[in-house]
Formats: sequence, C-alpha cells, structure tokens
Amino acid sequence: MNELQVELKNQLERFRNDKIEPTVEHDDKNESFKMEIFRELGQLGFCGMTLPEEYGGAGLTYQDFCVALSEIAKSSVSYAATISVSTMVQAIINEYGNEEQKKKYLPELTAGQEIGAFCLSESSSGSDAASLKTTAKKVDGGYVLNGSKMWITSGGIAKTYIVMARTGEEGHKGISSFIVQDGMDGFSYGKKESKMGWRVSPTRELVFENCFVPEENLLKEEGFGFKIAMSALDKGRITIGSIAVGLSQRALDESIKYSLERKQFNQSIFDFQGLQFMMADMATETEASRLLVEQAAMYYDLGTPNQKLASMAKLKSTDTAMKVSTDAVQILGGVGYTSEYPVERLMRDAKVLQILEGTNQIQKVVIARSLKKEYS
Amino acid sequence: MWFLSDEEKQLQDVCRDFARNEIAPHAEKHDTEETFNMDAFKKMGELGVLGITAEPEYGGAGMGCLAATLVMEEFGKACPGLTLSYLAHSILAVNNIQNNASEDQKKKYLPKLVTGEHIGCMGMSEPEYGSDAVGIQTRAVKKGDHYEINGTKMWITNAQYADVAYVYTRTGDKKKDLSTFIIEKGMEGFSVGKPIHKMGMRGSPTGELVFENAKVPVENLIGNEGDSVYHMMKNLEIERITIAGISLGIAQACVDACIKYAGERKQFGKNLAHFQMIQKMVAEMATETEMLRRFLYTVAYEYDQGKIGAVPAAMVKLQVPKMVTKIALDAIQLHGGYGYSREFPVERLMRDNKLNEIGAGTNEVMIMIIAKKLLEDALKN
Repeated sequence: MNELQVELKNQLERFRNDKIEPTVEHDDKNESFKMEIFRELGQLGFCGMTLPEEYGGAGLTYQDFCVALSEIAKSSVSYAATISVSTMVQAIINEYGNEEQKKKYLPELTAGQEIGAFCLSESSSGSDAASLKTTAKKVDGGYVLNGSKMWITSGGIAKTYIVMARTGEEGHKGISSFIVQDGMDGFSYGKKESKMGWRVSPTRELVFENCFVPEENLLKEEGFGFKIAMSALDKGRITIGSIAVGLSQRALDESIKYSLERKQFNQSIFDFQGLQFMMADMATETEASRLLVEQAAMYYDLGTPNQKLASMAKLKSTDTAMKVSTDAVQILGGVGYTSEYPVERLMRDAKVLQILEGTNQIQKVVIARSLKKEYS
Repeated sequence: MWFLSDEEKQLQDVCRDFARNEIAPHAEKHDTEETFNMDAFKKMGELGVLGITAEPEYGGAGMGCLAATLVMEEFGKACPGLTLSYLAHSILAVNNIQNNASEDQKKKYLPKLVTGEHIGCMGMSEPEYGSDAVGIQTRAVKKGDHYEINGTKMWITNAQYADVAYVYTRTGDKKKDLSTFIIEKGMEGFSVGKPIHKMGMRGSPTGELVFENAKVPVENLIGNEGDSVYHMMKNLEIERITIAGISLGIAQACVDACIKYAGERKQFGKNLAHFQMIQKMVAEMATETEMLRRFLYTVAYEYDQGKIGAVPAAMVKLQVPKMVTKIALDAIQLHGGYGYSREFPVERLMRDNKLNEIGAGTNEVMIMIIAKKLLEDALKN
C-alpha cells in the first residue's frame, strides 16, 4: 500500500468504528439503512472516488477504491456495496453520458448526496441478462418504459437509476440504457426483498407502467445498453472482490482474537493445532484473494483491463469469503452462531457475493471463454 | 433401506405426512419471527413421537435410535429449528431420564413429557465450558433434604418453554465429581435468563438456565453423586446420531428444492436442468445425500444392535453436518438471487444446518474423539 492508501484505510477504520460498528447489529436485524452514514462517507470523499475532479470526484485509482471498500466492508458489507454500485453508475455516466448528462447527474452522486442504482436483472432474466423484457417504446420526445426490474441494490433509496430496456430486436443488440429518476410518473417501487444477508442494503423491485423518459435521458445511443452494462460489470467484479477481501479479513481478525482469548481444557484454543491450521488456511486464502483483486485493479488502472483476471478475482475472493466466514463461525462455536458476535452476519453477507455481479458460475463461463480464445 | 422394519417404514410415512401438513407451512414464519411452533409440538404428542425411545409403560413408543433418526430426518426436511427442539425434548431430556432415572422419577416425569403436556430440556454447557464440558462449574451443595445450586447454563435449547430440565452440576472438586438433577420450572431460585438470538434454528428457542441458591429436593438427584460422566457417556452416541438425522433431512430438502427449481427456471431459452454445471451440482449433492443416508442409517441400526462404540457416532456427527453445509450452500447458489431471499427455503436450511456443526459437540471435538481413539496406543509413547 502507498502512503495515500494507508491514510485512506486509517481514516475509514476510525470512521467505521465510530459510526457504523456501534449500531450495525441492530441495523442488520431491522433492515435499516442510514442515509446519514452514506452522506458522511460522501463528505469524506468516498462516494465518487474514481471519478474526475471536475465532476466532484476524487480522481483516484481503482486500486485506491478497493482499499477503501475493503476497509468499509469489515464493518458493513452493505454500505460498501451501496458505494460500489453508486460509483459504478457514476462511471457509466462519465464514460457513456454526454456533457449535459454528466453535469446534471454526477455532482450529487460523487458528493454522496444521492445514491445511484444499476438495473439489469428481471424476474425471468438473471444470468441470461440479454433476454430482458422491459420495453422502451419510442414516442414523441422520448421513450415509454414498461416492465419490472428485480433484485435492485439500493432500490427505493437511490435517486438515479440506470435502467436497461429493450428498444429493438431480441437479444443483446436491442437493449438501450436510460437514466431514470426517482419520482418520475409511471415509475414505482415493488416489493422489498427479505434476504438472508445484506440486510442493511435494501434490495427492491422496480415497476415501470407507461413511464415516460425524455429523449435526453438515453445514454449514448439506442442498442448500446448491453455493452454499457457489461463494461460496468467488469469494474463491478473488481470492486465486489475488494468487498469480499474486507469481509474475509474481518472474519479472520475475529477468529484470531477470539481463539487467543477463549480457554478450553486449560489453554487458549488458539494453541490447538486443528484451529491453527484452519486459521493458516484462512489467512493464506485471504491474502491470495487480495493479491488477485489488486492485480485486476492494477490492470484496469493501467488502461489495459483484463476481463479474465477480473472474473478470476471475483470468483476466488467471493468463494474465499464464504469459506473463511463459515470457518470463523466454526471457530467461535456457540457464540459465533449468535448475533452477539459479528461472524454469523459476515457469513450471511458473504453468500450473496457468490451470486451477484454475475454468479460464480457465470465467472467460470467468462474465464473458460477467455481460455478458449487464448488457445485457439 | 433394506434393513428398515415395517414399523420403522410406517413411522417414516406418518412423520412425512405430519411434517408436510403441520410443520412445513409454518416454518418460514417461525424463522422470521423467532417463535416456537407450540401447536405442532403438542401434536407430536398425539402422534406418539415425543417419547420415541421411552418404554411403553411410561407412554413411550419403545423404539430405537434408527427410529428416532428417521423422525429427525422427516421433521428436519420441513423445519430444522422445530426438530432441534424436538431432539432436545425427546433425546436430551426424555431418553436421559428413561436411561438413568429411578422408577419413581420415571413415573413422575415421563408420562407428561411423552404426551407433550410438559416440555423438556437439558443443561450441560456453560458460558466458560462448551467443548470442555467436564469442566463445568455450576455447583450443587447438599443441605439436609435439598441441594442448593448456583451457576448458569448457556445455549440451552427449549430453556424458555421447559417444564423439566435435566441438569449437570458439580458436587466435588475432582474433575469428574459431577451429579445430575431433574429441575422443575418454578423451583425456588431457578429462573430462565435472556433469550439468545441466533443465525439459524430460529424456530427453536435458546436461552440460559440461571440458578441462584436454587433449592432442589434430594429426591431429584439422579442416581448417585458423581454419576454424571457415566450418564453423559450413555447418551452421547444417540445424541450425535440423531442430530445428524436433522442434517440429513436438510440435505434431502435441498436436493428436492434444487430439482424442482432446475425444472422450472429458464435462462438462455431453456430450463436450468439442461446446463452441465447445474447437472453436476444436482448429481453431486444427491450422491452425497444418499451416501450420508446409508452411512447414518447403518450406524443408527448398529447402535440399536448394541454394536457400536464412540467412534462411528462421532464420525457421523462430524461428516453429516459438515457435508450438508456445503450441500445447502450449493443449493442457494443454484437458486441464484431467489435462493438468497426468504421466498425460498434454502437459505434458511443453510443457516439452520450450521448449528449442527457446533451443537452437541463441535466438529473439532468429534475430530478429537476419533483421533484419540484411533491413536490410543501411539499416544502412549
């Protein structure tokens, strides 16, 4: 880590211990997201880290961003995920939006005043995203959207939604991206999901019933939507990887701390080789994941994004998070299973990391596709 | 399985129907609200399974470990939380009393426990003594016609609802100076502490038993002072085998849910069943479940024949819950976003199963037991 990264990490460590940690168990139980925590993170400059300064961003690298997300995730995967997705939305607008769109939407997102959400999945199109059914019909001065989106992170609390909808033929070429804002006529929120984990971050259905979206809210041009979505996911996989690394690190920290303190059979349980081997594996896997995520971020920062590496980083780091957090519950035993200690929450939070931003099965498809290309 | 008796097969059918009608429809609600399905529990009394291993003269079914395991599996498919409470009652309380209590004590306590009029629990673990169970510090001191008990029992399944608790205490300073008592709700100085909020098994209440100068009549001592370790040893195997039965039920429920979903969910123009990746997951989890079932039933059968020692029971307790956590995690994965939501049962089944790697002896304790026995001679040198 460079000097700046160490500073970011230390600042966030203080922040999460002061502001997030004290109520996180309660907030998880009650599924309560606190906008003031998000806004404070925005004031500190963490809600648009990788965006150019002219739009209010911090102009930092993805490597820096990953350090920050890992640190936040140690206390709350939910806030880290909210920032990760909101930043992804900003990156889309910055990359594919025109000057007016950037000026209009970016400043309040980069400042963390408002939240951005990315809307691709539908009830019948998850992994098979290109088969989405939400339609955007061209009318005078704009488009009329009809359909619904599922499992939308920050649904209901976000103000700016990037929505993929079908403007043309079947398949990925007929999809376009639109900027839809909270409160637009015909845009409403459906049921809020009750989930195993990520309970602080709301996941909600979005419903479009003859929702008119003005022409100037189309991103780039018609038919460009799928490309926009996929390029965003390439970055999203790296940032999800960094969240997984933070989660693993916390699970490991808790395991070591507890096993040094807890005594059974007149010795600290850390002194049992069975537990030492578990923790040695946990530490090794966590470190390997961190290096893989850093490497994927570095390639991105160098302007030579490597899709295969990004998928590998997402696959490895999220599988590790699941394994390490499950083992942490095991090491803490009975208390690990209760909500008095954070590890059971980490384990519940870890599972979705293997599912979103492309399930780990889809990552394998992507990796295999690259391998085939390299060898043929 | 070829060695199941007609009676056992019948029990399996009856329990499967009962679970489908009385338990499954309410499982999600009790998980979300952390409440106990008292109605279904009481009906288990009418079904005749609350005293599955108790002798018929006390109202029990007089069946064995394999029968109890079959009940755990069937109930476990529907609601592992409620099944854990059933286990705490029928195996930890009833079976212990059946095996160790005097004739008078059995007559007094068993009939009400087997009908479900009373609910039972067992108190062993303490805040500082989990895996190291023999180190417990809750003290019982004899004072004339009663014992005075002080201390706290932790992670007690059914604590809040129990009328009768089967409790281990310390009566001397030597490591194994432990004695067993039957405690009744309402006894002076005995109360129930705070409920414990858990990751899973939320349909099963967990709490603390608190003893503050509790007055327990001498006739509530089971056997003699110092008998606890002997009592514990007699019951450990059946506890470990039957709790694995809950995990087996979880595994089967996961396999069933995955097969159903793979046939319904369409992506890329075809249902999931067509994808090799999904076929691999389903085939492997079904194979593992079948392997675990044959392993578990065999050990339970041999237990009933009096053929097994501590090692096979510990092996079952180690291997079944451990593999089922993996099966349940894969089941969530196969269901994708839906699997992570509470609309489908798989995420609950996974959370529930994790407890079985910790409760009734952690995986690590099982490893210790197995290794110590296998390496007995080698460890002497």
